[in-house]
Amino acid sequence: MKLFKSIKTFRGGVHPAELKELSESCEFEIMPNPKQVIIPLSQHLGKPAKALVKKGDVVKAGQIIAEQDGYISVPIHSPVSGKVTKISNEISASGFPKESILISADESNELELQPSLNLDWVTPEEIQERVKWAGIVGQGGAAFPTFVKITPQPDKKIDAVILNGCECEPYLTRDYRYMLEKTEEVVDGLRLIMRSLGVQKGAIGIEDNKPKAIKKLKEVTAKYDNITVEILETKYPQGAEKMLIKAVLDREVPPGKLPLDVGVVIQNIGTAVAIFDAVVKGEPQITAAMTVSGYGIKEPKNVIVRVGTPLADVIEYCDGVKDDAIKVVVGGPMMGVAQFDFAAPVMKATSGLLVLTAKEENLHEETPCLRCGKCIDVCPLGLVPSKLARYSQLDRLEDAEGLDITVCMECGTCTYTCPANIPLVQWIRLGKQRVLAMQRERKSA
Amino acid sequence: MTITTTENPTYKLELASSPHVHSRWNTKQAMWLVVIALIPAVISAVIFFGIYQLLVIAVAVGFAVGTEAAIKTIRKRKVTITDGSGIITGLLLALILPPNFNLAFTALGSIVAIGLGKEIFGGIGYNIFNPALVGRAFLQAAFPVPMTTWTNPNFSQVDAVTTATPLSAFKFDSVATELSSMFIGNIGGSLGETSAIAVMLGGIFLIAIGVVNYRVPAAMLIGAILFGGVFWMIDPIAYPNPLFHLLAGGFLFGLFFMATDWVTSPMTPKGMWIYGLGISLVLIIIRLFGGLPEGVMYAILFMNAFVPLINRYTRPRVFGEVK
Repeated sequence: MKLFKSIKTFRGGVHPAELKELSESCEFEIMPNPKQVIIPLSQHLGKPAKALVKKGDVVKAGQIIAEQDGYISVPIHSPVSGKVTKISNEISASGFPKESILISADESNELELQPSLNLDWVTPEEIQERVKWAGIVGQGGAAFPTFVKITPQPDKKIDAVILNGCECEPYLTRDYRYMLEKTEEVVDGLRLIMRSLGVQKGAIGIEDNKPKAIKKLKEVTAKYDNITVEILETKYPQGAEKMLIKAVLDREVPPGKLPLDVGVVIQNIGTAVAIFDAVVKGEPQITAAMTVSGYGIKEPKNVIVRVGTPLADVIEYCDGVKDDAIKVVVGGPMMGVAQFDFAAPVMKATSGLLVLTAKEENLHEETPCLRCGKCIDVCPLGLVPSKLARYSQLDRLEDAEGLDITVCMECGTCTYTCPANIPLVQWIRLGKQRVLAMQRERKSA
Repeated sequence: MTITTTENPTYKLELASSPHVHSRWNTKQAMWLVVIALIPAVISAVIFFGIYQLLVIAVAVGFAVGTEAAIKTIRKRKVTITDGSGIITGLLLALILPPNFNLAFTALGSIVAIGLGKEIFGGIGYNIFNPALVGRAFLQAAFPVPMTTWTNPNFSQVDAVTTATPLSAFKFDSVATELSSMFIGNIGGSLGETSAIAVMLGGIFLIAIGVVNYRVPAAMLIGAILFGGVFWMIDPIAYPNPLFHLLAGGFLFGLFFMATDWVTSPMTPKGMWIYGLGISLVLIIIRLFGGLPEGVMYAILFMNAFVPLINRYTRPRVFGEVK
């Protein structure tokens, strides 16, 4: 019973088996370069980058091979040195084919770097320019272009930056390893974000199941009196932006609004490291740090791989899959995307690759809704999932809209909990897309 | 499984959208946990009223499950008796019958409970009223005399075949029963309802493991103390003290096992409070002013009818929304 627990958190949520023990003690390993990389032009939210190379071109690692196209977009750098073999539509981890540049890598491993900028003297403009050049995207999953988020907007007053160190998805230990192995870089990354935005207050939100990381972060942040380490209850989805802001600052982001609207910018731990690497080391974002885990993989690991590496190579590097593996997921088990094969490449924002067995899935037969109300109890956004799913099933889109279906962030907490094993969030996802389409139509009519 | 790519698929991967993991909860398991939670009440029934009561329970469960199977078969639907819900209905019905109840009547009660209380609506998940209570309400109407004939418990000091329940003793004869006997269960009453300790053991187990949410029991408890207490303070001689209300009749059994039925109670947190308080209010009114000594069954059935309405008007606040 958590009746008297005073630790910071939000209402609702669940606590799935963490299963971090599979990989949490594995130090980052740098995976050797693959023979071939597949670089989708759209690895970020917004407009895909525009290819600057053509078949037969020789490229160097770190060279820009696709340029930013429009404001919400980022450039893409070649992760390896080699030769462009093809530009074509290739399967991506989202399940959809995307226009991609295929490069066969050569042995040389030269990397084109930018000059290092001094951590203490770098100006906000220099930070933004460098982050934009480096093509950094948010590591939390949505892959939003980072330079946009760290550039101040005249009409939004930002007073706090929160680094998201919750890593509330089970299995994933990438951010945890970052906080342990690159504590200084994480904190310096946060300071760079704060400087870029001209913000005085910084916080690192971290769940209480990571005591070692908390200790290290506290040691490193001790010298900065404007940065705090906020210890939060271990609960999914603690790392969701709205939940994190509620827990750390007790502010609520209204439906349809962004953290910006309550004066907050949230960045992922991995993003902070990428910003540090770009500013101080002059490195573009050409690697992805990820956790490879699950009971279906022979050797769980935390690996740093070149962007564009096929998932098959990553799995092979981790000794392959076991015979009882039934599902392969890119991302975490709560919000990740199931793969139908291993051909898709690792992208900039890829944080995990899970190979699951039937035992972990723990699926049972779907039975009728028993109206137990557990889905309502756990929904962090105060929705009524059972009803939304029902309306979606029955095609009653207006009713679903009336119950705020568009507010749903698809965290999957309801489906996880449902004793009747009804795929609630799956129905809601479908209904939400259709309601959004209906709203667009209404607007244009 | 070997690693391959699209060109050479030699394996089959499951494809489904997230989440990819699921909690330990499933319907069947929750139902069986309720069955386990009822074991102390069954034991108390046997201790205080004899081994014959097991026969009543067996008949009630047998006919409940049999009725469900028969109706599903006639309707050409999948027979779902292994989910345990039919067993619970039978068990619950038996435990709220008077001791040494006629077996034929028991069977009839089970048939009505499942047929009229559950399957007529479409089976598990679709019924409006608590099936076991529907069965008991039918028996109460059809066989009023056997339904109010209370066998004297085994360890009673009174040498008689039948006895009064604490509620009827208070209502009709103004006799207060000792609270300690009511706590242990050595009193007249329905099979599983007399022993407060046995009922609480199962009920608290269900709350602790998370099958039952604490809100409905808490609301009923607060409601009974509040509404019962108001009358007791007005006239402590005419009206029993609130503690008596809690331990008498089927209050605790209803609180833990009937009112908390997932299907027929509200889904929203606020709704659960309203529902629980409503049951206690109706109950106190029936007990103090109605023609019947006991009113748990009617109070719950009455509030069952309001559940859809309660659900509709007690939506939680959407995160970030200012009301």
